[in-house]
Amino acid sequence: MAAITIKNLVKKYGDGFPAVNDVSIDIADGEFVILVGPSGCGKSTLLRMIVGLEDITSGDLLIGEKRVNDLAPRERNLAMVFQNYALYPHLTVYENIAFPLRLAKMDNSEVDRLVRDASSTLELDEHLERKPGNLSGGQRQRVAMGRAIVRQADAFLFDEPLSNLDAKLRGQMRTEIARLQKRLGITTVYVTHDQTEAMTLGDRVAVLKRGILQQLATPRELYENPGNLFVAGFIGSPPMNFLPAEVSGNQVKLPFGTVELPADKAERAAGKGLLIAGIRPEHFEDASIANEGGSQSTFRAKVDVVEWLGNETYAYIPFEAPPEVAAQLQQLEKDLDGEAMRTQLVINLDGASRIREGDEAEIWVDARKIHLFDPSTGENLTVDRDNAGRIAEAEATV
Amino acid sequence: MKKFGIAVGVLVILVWCLLPVAWIISMSFKDELSITNGNPGFLPSDGTFAGWENYRAVWDNDQFRRAIFNSIGISLIATVLSVIVATLAAYAIARLEFTGKKLVLTMALAIAMFPVVSLVGPLFDMWRAFGIYDTWPGLIIPYMSFTLPLAIWTLSAFFREIPWEMEQAAQVDGATSWQAFRKVIVPLAAPGVFTAAILTFFFAWNDFVFGISLTSTEAARPIPASLAFFVGSDPFNRPASLLAAAAVIATIPIIVVVLIFQRKIVAGLTSGAVKG
Repeated sequence: MAAITIKNLVKKYGDGFPAVNDVSIDIADGEFVILVGPSGCGKSTLLRMIVGLEDITSGDLLIGEKRVNDLAPRERNLAMVFQNYALYPHLTVYENIAFPLRLAKMDNSEVDRLVRDASSTLELDEHLERKPGNLSGGQRQRVAMGRAIVRQADAFLFDEPLSNLDAKLRGQMRTEIARLQKRLGITTVYVTHDQTEAMTLGDRVAVLKRGILQQLATPRELYENPGNLFVAGFIGSPPMNFLPAEVSGNQVKLPFGTVELPADKAERAAGKGLLIAGIRPEHFEDASIANEGGSQSTFRAKVDVVEWLGNETYAYIPFEAPPEVAAQLQQLEKDLDGEAMRTQLVINLDGASRIREGDEAEIWVDARKIHLFDPSTGENLTVDRDNAGRIAEAEATV
Repeated sequence: MKKFGIAVGVLVILVWCLLPVAWIISMSFKDELSITNGNPGFLPSDGTFAGWENYRAVWDNDQFRRAIFNSIGISLIATVLSVIVATLAAYAIARLEFTGKKLVLTMALAIAMFPVVSLVGPLFDMWRAFGIYDTWPGLIIPYMSFTLPLAIWTLSAFFREIPWEMEQAAQVDGATSWQAFRKVIVPLAAPGVFTAAILTFFFAWNDFVFGISLTSTEAARPIPASLAFFVGSDPFNRPASLLAAAAVIATIPIIVVVLIFQRKIVAGLTSGAVKG
């Protein structure tokens, strides 16, 4: 067991493209850290640099107190679970799990004890003599985990381990991984592009975009205090709404009307001209149901589509964005791998709401939860820095 | 109706392919005299059934036994060496980036396309100069150089099929590159290794041109060449039935090899690949 220290790690490929660019993360002993981001953000590359399958162009990687930049994977004593499990198809489940122990030249009785230990933890006992080819996806996944936990590795590394499973199994295995990690108390780095996994599993989550660390914080901090437009748009489902906004005094002018801001937020955004306001869908409510808020924070808008899900309702309200903001929002959408066709407001209403399609509805908005972003840098002007973990320096290209 | 058609088709092809084999087996059971006298039937006519007599005669012949021994030895050594070299070369070609990789592959293909006959003359001269004319190495070397290209191509295709992650997983599990290769990659490429081995063995066993040109005595003469020199007691009467028996015996090792390797190939293919 050991802490992992990542210091200014850079990975440049032959063409000079930095897949991982100056990333620093301190992972404490026993901590569960998630690397998350859209495809091509460098999260898998970073993981493979930690385990030693990719060379490090520059920077330092420390496991415990030792610099391991130049060590081969086998000398780093880390265990990894691959996306496609990478089980050895010619070996039985037993021998697959025993493989690292056999390489370590452990004697047979010891190997047997450890393998049976791991297999009972993962409920693989009745499959030990089978070949991986005859197992289901979930069972293979467990064998891959067995191979990782059977040795006394310093840390676990997971590379999108659940992405090949169906939704139901994914949920079960997610809980299983969380339980296992808590029980073994072993340092874990977990790569995923799945929001739910990122939010539920991690002690801390590192959000990456194009090789650059955007924000490193607890899931709650990420959700409540995203450091920039990208993190705000990436974390949360359905994603945060982005609207053009202009602040004057304590008022913020949105496409549907004017809402009153808390004084401290208004002050930080004052005099910046056109901004982007970010409001999560659940921070809207049907004004007739919302029990707080005065007339200042309501507006009227025509609802285009309504999706009633029983416990909640999604309502869609299209709007026109001015070109300065539209370009920015389109770029953001591209960064997030999204394919939104139109600018629209998604709002999450209570299931009891009676708003119907085509209605001109009165919507209440929780003005305390509004974030205001600088459109040129993407920086969150209203972020609460004490509760936002570590945010990357604002850069001009969001 | 459709089933019937398939059955007929299969039967026709089987007869077409196996009739010569059946005929040579039938001939090996006829006695010598009956062939000289003319005995065109498939089954030996009355009183000319020789039983195991021909086989016994062939087997008692020192020249023949020596030739079989040469053939088995030379073919096996050529196969083993060729497969080992091809496995290492194919692995390098499939996995590593190095300058001249394309050149190696095209050269290999060019060698495989080279007509065997055109090399016999120079080899004859060279081998005599090197002193390996009429020795085992004198045959093993050309067999290897002609089978290596095919073996390399076959094996590198197999290696390319094996996901990188296999090896990387092994390395993370604590294996050196060599251990990962030996314990994970080679077993997974086993069907390819056996395919390459069968092809190499076929080539070496069936070769006639090198066998007859690069040998002069029983020291290294393989079975196909030896059969050509097989003369019975009467030089004007070729002992056809004895030759038939010898041919049948010469076929047995290759059938055994195919049966053994085929089982391995099937076992390798069904052992369960990685599915997503």
